Amino acid sequence: MSPQPLDSVKGFAVTFRQLFKKPITQQYPEYKRPVYPRFRGRHRLHRHENGLEKCVGCSLCAAACPADCIRVVAEENTPDNRVSPGERYARIYEINMSRCIFCGYCELACPFDAITLGNEYEISEYSRDDLIYTKDMLLAEPIKKVPVADRDLYDTPIPYYQDHS
Amino acid sequence: MAIAPERPKIYEGTRIPAPIPSVLEVREDLRSSDDVLTVNFGPNHPSTHGVLRLVVDLHGEDVVGLAAVVGYLHTGFEKSMEQKSWWKAITYAPRIDYLSFQANELVFVLAVEKLLAIEVPSRATWMRMLLSELNRIHSHLVWLGTAALELGAISMFWYCFRERDRILDLFELVAGFRMHTRYFQVGGLAEDVPAGFWDECAKFVEVMPKAVDEYEALVDRNEIWLERTQGIGLLSADDAIALGQSGPVLRGSGIDWDLRRAEPYLAYDQVDFRVPVYDEGDVYARYRVRMEEMRESVKIVEQAMRRMPGGPWIADDRKVVLPPREELHTSMESLIHHFKIVTEGFRVPEGEVYVTVESPRGELGCYVVSDGGPKPWRVKFRAPSFVALEATATCMRDALVADMIAIVGSLDTVMGEVDR
Ligand code: SF4
Ligand code: SF4
Repeated sequence: MSPQPLDSVKGFAVTFRQLFKKPITQQYPEYKRPVYPRFRGRHRLHRHENGLEKCVGCSLCAAACPADCIRVVAEENTPDNRVSPGERYARIYEINMSRCIFCGYCELACPFDAITLGNEYEISEYSRDDLIYTKDMLLAEPIKKVPVADRDLYDTPIPYYQDHS
Repeated sequence: MAIAPERPKIYEGTRIPAPIPSVLEVREDLRSSDDVLTVNFGPNHPSTHGVLRLVVDLHGEDVVGLAAVVGYLHTGFEKSMEQKSWWKAITYAPRIDYLSFQANELVFVLAVEKLLAIEVPSRATWMRMLLSELNRIHSHLVWLGTAALELGAISMFWYCFRERDRILDLFELVAGFRMHTRYFQVGGLAEDVPAGFWDECAKFVEVMPKAVDEYEALVDRNEIWLERTQGIGLLSADDAIALGQSGPVLRGSGIDWDLRRAEPYLAYDQVDFRVPVYDEGDVYARYRVRMEEMRESVKIVEQAMRRMPGGPWIADDRKVVLPPREELHTSMESLIHHFKIVTEGFRVPEGEVYVTVESPRGELGCYVVSDGGPKPWRVKFRAPSFVALEATATCMRDALVADMIAIVGSLDTVMGEVDR
């Protein structure tokens, strides 16, 4: 194809038309695009309604993690220190977020739905040490909430285990 | 306005006896003169597509010698995969080539499935094809955006990344992650496709051909673009074959070869698409091939959407596939299988396989050896980027420094895949 003088100008028409279109830029820190419900962000540990932790310290998530970034140290529940409904609970539960690849295998592995990957993606820190999330941090409600798109439409119908457990 | 000088239509080839050198040597008479300057181009140069280092001998503005040095992005993924169970290794595969992540994931999963001789439901097969094609468009968009950016067409970059983001949104919708999805699991897909996906994907299918029109309006007949790409980086059909090229580089040299059609995998034999081939063997031909491939991929996505079969999305093989979530609370047997797969991993029968797919960059192969254990004994990827790099020296004959950027860009190498 040999260049035609007019064809070089055609490109300008494309850029010129763009002037009349709505910009697609999003003003990020002010506006947060809703993530899709399946989005895998920062982890969260969950509690039962009665306040007990769902995690029983079985270390299955640590075994499943391809990046080896989960550390679980389990301890026996005692009658006057009951943390989880099972026999044991996780005394230490740490995730090293600087190693995590957000594959979600921990979520798949956990038989008790104690750990899920949430929607928060703003997890940068100034120091690597701050990226090691302890159990308290993972159990707490996220400070900044990220909007989520319609769950019924963009996720499989609420799985059984999310309703019961 | 100056019209580009007449150039021979089809390049005849170097007729260098095989093997074709992958390093361009400085001619003897030039070497003895004092005029040759050796320059390091990269590894940290914005237009080397990552960390490619080219040692370039310059005679004035002419490139008279060239050697590509790789290894700056060696990640050891292949070796790491040998330390992980088959299930965990799936997460490593997409990270090898971060632009065609889905193709990498696919080829590894297909290889494991071949060893296991496991039947994959047709819904999974079609969905895999759909996502692979979306991924092809994604990869070509990144290529087009960056390659045009390097040649000075900066607006191209914004336009391409606008559509690229839509594709990533689709990946986020269906797989939960924008890249490196681990959505293809051995036996099928990790989860079913959510209902909202089809509408979003239909919107994309509608927008994409118009977007390609826009790209073409921007550069296709643009005089500067033609000057910088036509007749540059010539690679003849013979040389391309001798150098083991594949994908758009090979098809840009006039060889009609596409694994999707030559050795159909997934459901490619059931969909209708064209394989674009251009004879010129220059940068422009490669650009044209990729542009048309984007259009063809949109067609495949559209057909896959229309004909997507229903039914299960993952095989029902309790030895290999994680049991359904809800069964964990009700069935002890499922729980035991779950524990077994997660902790130790499933075992794959002894044997070795080589599986190839047509990735956006060409023939992507995966060679897997199993010793019957829960971990791969050996994983090796045949990376099309690495092979494409071997053509740099041949393409770079009679090139100027400025052409070098266009040529390296047109080979579309992803350094993560080259070094693995
Ligand atoms: S998301 Fe993946 S890498 Fe991160 S902690 Fe879970 S299993 Fe490990
Ligand atoms: S989060 Fe789940 S898998 Fe991990 S230790 Fe706790 S109960 Fe076990």
